[in-house]
Amino acid sequence: MSTATARIALVGNPNSGKTALFNALTGSHQKVANYAGVTVEKKEGIITTASGRTVSVLDLPGTYSLRARSPDEAVTRDAILGQLKGETPPDVVVCVADATNLRLVLRLILELRQVGRPMVLALNMFDIAQRQGLRIDLEGLARDIGAPIVTTVATRKRGIEDLVAQIEAKVEALAATGALEAPNTWHEPSPAEIRQAHAEAQRIMKAHVRPAERPDTLTGKIDGVLLHPVAGLAILLSLLFVMFQAVFAWAGPLMDGIEGGIGALGGLVATVLPDGLLQSLIVDGLIAGVGSVLVFLPQILILFLFIILLEDFGYMARAAFLMDRIMGGAGLHGRAFIPLLSSFACAIPGVMATRVIDSKRDRLTTIMVAPLMTCSARIPVYTLIIAAFIPNQTVWGFASLQGLVMFGLYVAGITSALAISFIARRLFWRGQVEPFLMELPTYKMPDAKSVLRNLWQRAAIFMNRAGRIILPLMVLIWVLSTFPYPPEGATGPAIDYSFAGQLGHLIHPLFAPIGFNWQMTVALIPGMAAREVAVGALGTVYAVANAEEAVGTLAGALSADWSLAMGLAFLTWYVFAPQCAPTLAVVKRETNSWLWPMVMFAYMITLAYLAAMGVYHGAVALGWG
Amino acid sequence: MDDSYPHPTSAAAQPLAPGEIRLSQARVGDRGVIGAVGAPDAQGRGGLDAQELERRLLELGFVEGAAIEVIHEGAIGHDPIAVRLDDMRVALRRKDAADVVLRLAPETAQ
Repeated sequence: MSTATARIALVGNPNSGKTALFNALTGSHQKVANYAGVTVEKKEGIITTASGRTVSVLDLPGTYSLRARSPDEAVTRDAILGQLKGETPPDVVVCVADATNLRLVLRLILELRQVGRPMVLALNMFDIAQRQGLRIDLEGLARDIGAPIVTTVATRKRGIEDLVAQIEAKVEALAATGALEAPNTWHEPSPAEIRQAHAEAQRIMKAHVRPAERPDTLTGKIDGVLLHPVAGLAILLSLLFVMFQAVFAWAGPLMDGIEGGIGALGGLVATVLPDGLLQSLIVDGLIAGVGSVLVFLPQILILFLFIILLEDFGYMARAAFLMDRIMGGAGLHGRAFIPLLSSFACAIPGVMATRVIDSKRDRLTTIMVAPLMTCSARIPVYTLIIAAFIPNQTVWGFASLQGLVMFGLYVAGITSALAISFIARRLFWRGQVEPFLMELPTYKMPDAKSVLRNLWQRAAIFMNRAGRIILPLMVLIWVLSTFPYPPEGATGPAIDYSFAGQLGHLIHPLFAPIGFNWQMTVALIPGMAAREVAVGALGTVYAVANAEEAVGTLAGALSADWSLAMGLAFLTWYVFAPQCAPTLAVVKRETNSWLWPMVMFAYMITLAYLAAMGVYHGAVALGWG
Repeated sequence: MDDSYPHPTSAAAQPLAPGEIRLSQARVGDRGVIGAVGAPDAQGRGGLDAQELERRLLELGFVEGAAIEVIHEGAIGHDPIAVRLDDMRVALRRKDAADVVLRLAPETAQ
């Protein structure tokens, strides 16, 4: 029994079922190092062969060529060539191919052969190929590409044992000889070389693959409806409508449950621990802080459930097709649609999902406007202010005025995002238009297990964020708002005497022109951790116990203390303000530079200030001061 | 960009032969084979040089001789378009499709 860990890498075209094969190979023995777009993140897993050898498996982003165009594809190229920082090159490359769509992957295989690493070809979705009556001469094909072939059906775990055996044989051969099969001669192909490779791929196809007797016609029929210029857009909009209904309606009870649980936990800890600093730190700092983030987990999971289902079904590429012209008008890429959609849950997965965009400029623009999408953390703030200032009445016979204001805030976010990207395109990146070229994959029924696994990974990532980023921030903010203690015989709320309070008073003159009182500026400081924290902070400032549960009481206090103009200015501020440290941190990581988070902070805070000022003075002029 | 590079498809810059159209002008139902792939105007493309677009088109299967049919058009300005390219479906903008010359099948030739 060998204990040396061999390394293999999965590589293939997008939509070849590579991730499904990765799941079939590694089962639950896998970890995602980071946030994931679709297959965008570096995923690693472990398999144990029949003889007891452990093999580490790397799931690389899908690509059509080793000539990388996006950050994702660069990862694939660097991993295969052994140029990835901190990684040794894979011992064996496993190329995953959709057996029904071989032409392009054959050209990729020819490129992979140039690298000289031992290779195994997994002909995936072989059941579909058989159903279509596609005849493939496996022996001849294996001879021509110079690699063994295993047929697999990843979703049904068929062919996995054979594949592992072939991988092991290659690993052993490599260990025995200690040398690669051929020297690495790969270089970026020129157009002429790509044509040559296509001709060679075509020859191999003709020699060993007989065209399908019953080719798939279902995808064409579905596309006839889903890509229809009118019906297609109508269906897309209806889907979005259902999605947002679900995010808000279905998540409600779950969120109430989590909130209740956190409250109960806080109450329990408060009874066990003696009154004092430690109790305050744990109950007000840690439990309440993490709870205020955890409460968004249901919404995020429901949103991601929709996104994963649509992605696995093959619809997301269609959505990008339908939205390309509309997004393109604002200078965005059709593919920016998915990240921006995710940003309605939270800008963090949205920013992460921009990795699917090839062009650096398009990606940066999308990252910059993603936080303008109304994320779920804004909802508590919006709900509070709307409840305080907007009368609960019906207009036009059916619409709730409060609901309309909420809708208006969403529209304000979307239109400003489109406007900002339009301006960025006009001012900074004139004439730089990346091509929009995208395969429209065959529709497939999503696999329940794989959807659940994916969803679980998102949940884990989100909880990780709550634990690792929010927790220290919450402790910091608790310190700022707790120390120093108010002097003996103080009359105001304790926070007024703390560092946060002093800071709030200090910067208050800056915010006076936009109508904010000092209580509002004090609340903005803890609100930097995450937007929704401002609600709790306002509660503290106005000495309303349990502000989260007693929104009614706090809203009452606010409506007594603030004018309508102030309330509207505060809402406007929250549409634009970069009140979210974790988002800025993720932008720093994704762009690998402090420049872009700084640019984001600067432009958003300027926009927030100017817009809030405009709204405040406009409202005062209307007599709402 | 390397202008000295011998362009095998500089034919794409030449006037079109009878029965040929640019994919950018094709409508739903037009079909045939790809006659040439390459940039008609190397300079007018801004950030992305012509050879890069040519390579991306080639990598996605837009290669001389491939069977192609326009199957869908977007709602606004009939843009982007979706084509059946041999056994796959690909979406692209008309602007980028200008680099692909479509040799119409006899029965659809205008």
